Amino acid sequence: MRVVGQPVMKKDAMALVTGKPVFTDDMAPKDCLIVKVLRSPHANAVIQSIQTKAAKLVPGIEAIYTWEDVPKERFTMAGQTYPEPSPYDRLILDRHVRYVGDPVAIVAGENEACVEKALRLIKVQYEVLPAILDFKKAKDNEILVHPEESWRSLCPVGADNKRNLCAVGESHDGDVEAVLAECDEVVERSYHTRACQQAMMETFRTVCFLDTYGRLNVFSSTQIVFHTRRILSHALGIPKSKIRVFKPRIGGGFGAKQTVVAELYPAFVTWKTGKPSKMIFTRMESQTASSPRHEMEVTVRIGAMKDGRIRAIDLFTLSNTGAYGEHGPTTVGLSGHKSIPLYGSLEAHRFAYEVVYTNVMSSGAYRGYGATQGIFAVESAINEMAARLGMDPVELREKNMVREGQYMPAYYGEQANSCALDRCLSHAARMIGWKEKYPARDMGNGKVRSVGVSMGMQGSGISGVDVGSATIKLNEDGFYTLSIAAADMGTGCDTILAQMAAECLDCSVDDITVSGADTDTSPYDSGSYASSTTYITGRAVEKACRKLEEKIRREGARILDCPEDDLEFDGHRVTDLRDGRSISLARIAESSMCGSTNALQVTESNSSPVSPPPFMVGMVEIELDKETGHVELLDYAAVVDCGTVVNPNLARIQVEGGLVQGIGMTLYENVQYTEKGQMLNNSFMQYKIPTRLDMGKLRVEFESSYEPTGPFGAKSIGEIVINTPAPALVHAIANATGIWFTDLPVTSEKIAMGLLEKETK
Amino acid sequence: MLKIREYVKAESLEQAYALNQKNGCILGGMLWLKMGNRTVQTAIDLSGLGLDEITETEEEFSIGCMTTLRRLELHEGLNRFGGGAFRESVRTIVGVQFRNLATVGGSIFGRYGFSDVLTCFLAFDSYVELYKGGVMPLEEFAASKRDKDILVRLIVKKTPVRCVYLSHRNTKTDFPVLTCAVSAGPWGVRAVVGARPQRAVCVPVKGVDALGAAVCQNTDAAEVNAVNTVNTAQIEAAARETADKIPTSGNMRAGAAYRSHLAHVLIRRALTRIWEEEKGEKEEAEGRKGGWQA
Amino acid sequence: MKLQMELNGKKITEEISPDLLLLDLVRSHGCYSVKRGCETSNCGLCTVMLDGKPVLSCSVLAARASGHRVETLEGLEEEAKEFGTFIANQGAEQCGFCNPGMIMNAIALFREYPDPTEEEIREYLAGNLCRCSGYEGQLRGMLNFLAYKKEKQTEGGAV
Repeated sequence: MRVVGQPVMKKDAMALVTGKPVFTDDMAPKDCLIVKVLRSPHANAVIQSIQTKAAKLVPGIEAIYTWEDVPKERFTMAGQTYPEPSPYDRLILDRHVRYVGDPVAIVAGENEACVEKALRLIKVQYEVLPAILDFKKAKDNEILVHPEESWRSLCPVGADNKRNLCAVGESHDGDVEAVLAECDEVVERSYHTRACQQAMMETFRTVCFLDTYGRLNVFSSTQIVFHTRRILSHALGIPKSKIRVFKPRIGGGFGAKQTVVAELYPAFVTWKTGKPSKMIFTRMESQTASSPRHEMEVTVRIGAMKDGRIRAIDLFTLSNTGAYGEHGPTTVGLSGHKSIPLYGSLEAHRFAYEVVYTNVMSSGAYRGYGATQGIFAVESAINEMAARLGMDPVELREKNMVREGQYMPAYYGEQANSCALDRCLSHAARMIGWKEKYPARDMGNGKVRSVGVSMGMQGSGISGVDVGSATIKLNEDGFYTLSIAAADMGTGCDTILAQMAAECLDCSVDDITVSGADTDTSPYDSGSYASSTTYITGRAVEKACRKLEEKIRREGARILDCPEDDLEFDGHRVTDLRDGRSISLARIAESSMCGSTNALQVTESNSSPVSPPPFMVGMVEIELDKETGHVELLDYAAVVDCGTVVNPNLARIQVEGGLVQGIGMTLYENVQYTEKGQMLNNSFMQYKIPTRLDMGKLRVEFESSYEPTGPFGAKSIGEIVINTPAPALVHAIANATGIWFTDLPVTSEKIAMGLLEKETK
Repeated sequence: MLKIREYVKAESLEQAYALNQKNGCILGGMLWLKMGNRTVQTAIDLSGLGLDEITETEEEFSIGCMTTLRRLELHEGLNRFGGGAFRESVRTIVGVQFRNLATVGGSIFGRYGFSDVLTCFLAFDSYVELYKGGVMPLEEFAASKRDKDILVRLIVKKTPVRCVYLSHRNTKTDFPVLTCAVSAGPWGVRAVVGARPQRAVCVPVKGVDALGAAVCQNTDAAEVNAVNTVNTAQIEAAARETADKIPTSGNMRAGAAYRSHLAHVLIRRALTRIWEEEKGEKEEAEGRKGGWQA
Repeated sequence: MKLQMELNGKKITEEISPDLLLLDLVRSHGCYSVKRGCETSNCGLCTVMLDGKPVLSCSVLAARASGHRVETLEGLEEEAKEFGTFIANQGAEQCGFCNPGMIMNAIALFREYPDPTEEEIREYLAGNLCRCSGYEGQLRGMLNFLAYKKEKQTEGGAV
């Protein structure tokens, strides 16, 4: 392959490194209305009265809206294929507010100062209600988060608002209780992960304006242009034909922007006032009123024999969806379906779950999407099992991991057609020096060095659901325009899709102009989430380009008056092989612009009945200070099987970025609430994402399998990358201290105090 | 949002002081101020008064209130004298850009609980000079209430000292969970522990006075004797006893018990390093080298 | 009040509110590279040079910068392009939102320490957060850039 597999520089790279104004707020019209919302200070309350008169009199204020001014039809803000599994439980502004931060009023004014002033002048009387802040107490609690009659669930996910249930499910294969009863060792543990924030550098923001045709235009930092159009249509009660959604460069997403977080409010303001408006979330709002990872408690029972055969896995997830159900019913499934299948020879498995409503910020989509939490539980339990069996955890995995060709009953019944997990494991072990370093070495100075391991998996798109499309068009001069609605949020998908197109069309990446997501002009794409862009949209690009190539050949044949079988197209010229006559691509393009009835443009859609998992292994070496509990990261070796690596640079950076997010989730990123439901980690001062001093050394390599259903054999890489650090680090910490931590983050305090307690026993 | 009605670049301390008395606010690095929702009537900028320098004389260091933390961090003379403690106390505060703005005066005047800077200065023979209040020991200033005087400069006298600064943080550049500066000098040995989460307190360390004596001795023989009277057991006991005297509480970042445990560990580690550095120095043929390696 | 300042080599004079932040001032003058990422001075996205020193423009009053020299990436485009290419060659610019602040601070680092160790690089840039790249790619780009500069120097070329 010429272009696929090359470390091509991103198409937008130079604009980004020279600081060109290519982000939402750089391109907003100068005289937009500034939109902000007043937020509830209570975790659960009903608005008794709301006075906006004084606020409206502040000079510069354009409009103030309350629950009385908005449509009464509930909708979901979740970016999912319709009909969404997410419950329809939102209103633009609700009289009943359900978490600290829930919007109470929308204020639009000429500038930030007058809007801030007006916000302070709005007087609200609340009837404060008792709130559910502990997700373990939510189910069947007499306090109901959504008691309203207008709450709806479109899909049978087991949602029941009268029981605070957002989803319930169970699936199994074989008799897990019977098999566990026969096992020599059973590890049973509950693991707790928190509602970590994606914390992308660019907060949520949207610009809205009415266009020439009186349509609402939404220019937003979003991963989901088509879903956003639909969601706004439902929320505002206006036809989808009246809405256009498009996006510029996005300053990071990681799933945060797979939910309509900011778009709603300026959309409402612009639709009502006819004037352009914009809303820029503060960091504080992005920390407290956004769409973080689902807090989960994952209880695992793993049964094995003394000889190391892992025979059964029983997994139960309790997931906290918060005040609203976006992504609640959908993330939970991955906690079991994308963890248990790592073990290929189970005799039985069971996976059950409950997703509950509580009075905290609603959770959403964050890289990994439930798999991260489930893998933390399963891989940690496996590591503990290895310790109990007295077996090297690498060896235990070699005995039991899923292998290429195996059928995966816990993974929707799919087959692992491409799996290099075994090579990933041995490769990582060599990289880190596992044999020499496992389990730990006392350094003699109060510090211990130890290692930990974890496997990981994810999916590639949502099988049978995600749709990716591409339009490829030949322009005069012989360059192409590739039109997609997959959202490049920094990942570089614009570039890798162009690489695929260039590979198919035998041209250079520079000959492909990529036109980004715009509901007016892009062919339909579910959006960039679920690790679907390379695998699903990539295949659409491949299909479209092959078809366009055929068209070009046909046109060339027509012009040269030559049978198609006798000609060759090398990306630049169509040549009649019989006599050497040829015509350039540019001339073919030209001819299509004069008296032509042959459009040299193709649109293809793609979906897949399967979702081939990428696999990976992460191994970490740490140095732990036994007195302070400080964990110093020395080395992280990650080996990834994402199928064919389309762009080695971009793939490697995906892994490095995901590893650091995983490290943050495991050691540093805490989510703490007051008894009144206020989130304390509401800034970068209090929510500590890793700096470049906190992540040690990362080394990333690849072991590629070949996925036959993927474009050029590729699978995906976007999410899997965050799944190994938590179990690997907790394993290393256990090897250093003898303590198996199950509650993240594992702070130095927990380690030091745990060791002190151990000493006194 | 911070609101400021009037901004004045002071042309003299007298003017600054006068403005400060009526609804004024002296601007330091402004990093705390800008996060609040205050309305400031008159913001007073002292940056035109030449107070951003560190001056070294035979007897002391004079550190202007507008000296940035970065300047403190990089000052060769001060760090040679302090064994690198000043550098150590600030180098993990957020980032270089932050430290190019935050001022020593702002950090000290604020008397913040989390202040690494306050902890470190208290370990030395330090004084503040207030515009109206004159010169006073830093320990006294630290315990006093905020008023409308202006902190003009800090003074660190060149009293013989060996100091080690340690802290514990949840992430490398986060607020400290605990700060700890231990210094040996004519006062014996002193432990300064802050971010408890309360403000730093100075506690005399009993049982290892010989370390203080060692630092002050002029003749090598006497120093060798002093250092050799100290042993690990003494250091451990001294650390434990000192830590037990220091009250701690819990907050978002850590609990009281962990902080107390850290106090004990860090004091012991600092004492051990002071002892080892003293021993090391005596074992070297060369003259006194700075404890801070470049 | 009156502001007189040099921004990227151009003198600007205007009436400003005393509480106007330098960040908002430079953006109002078309310096969109300077980003806002937080409210607590933690992220480093807003880094600009004030009299040649890297500072957080979100925490400096425009009034304070009056009479001084401010530079943003827009005024250092050649340097940004040269150094930025090395970042781009790693794919490490990713979403690009942290890049201007990081590149400004990296330029400040290279000026202050022309031959930094890896540890010195990490520590100097500690106040520049990134969520996309995992930092390693940025470091690779920087080390490659420094090696390239060294080579150019030893070849007798202009640095």
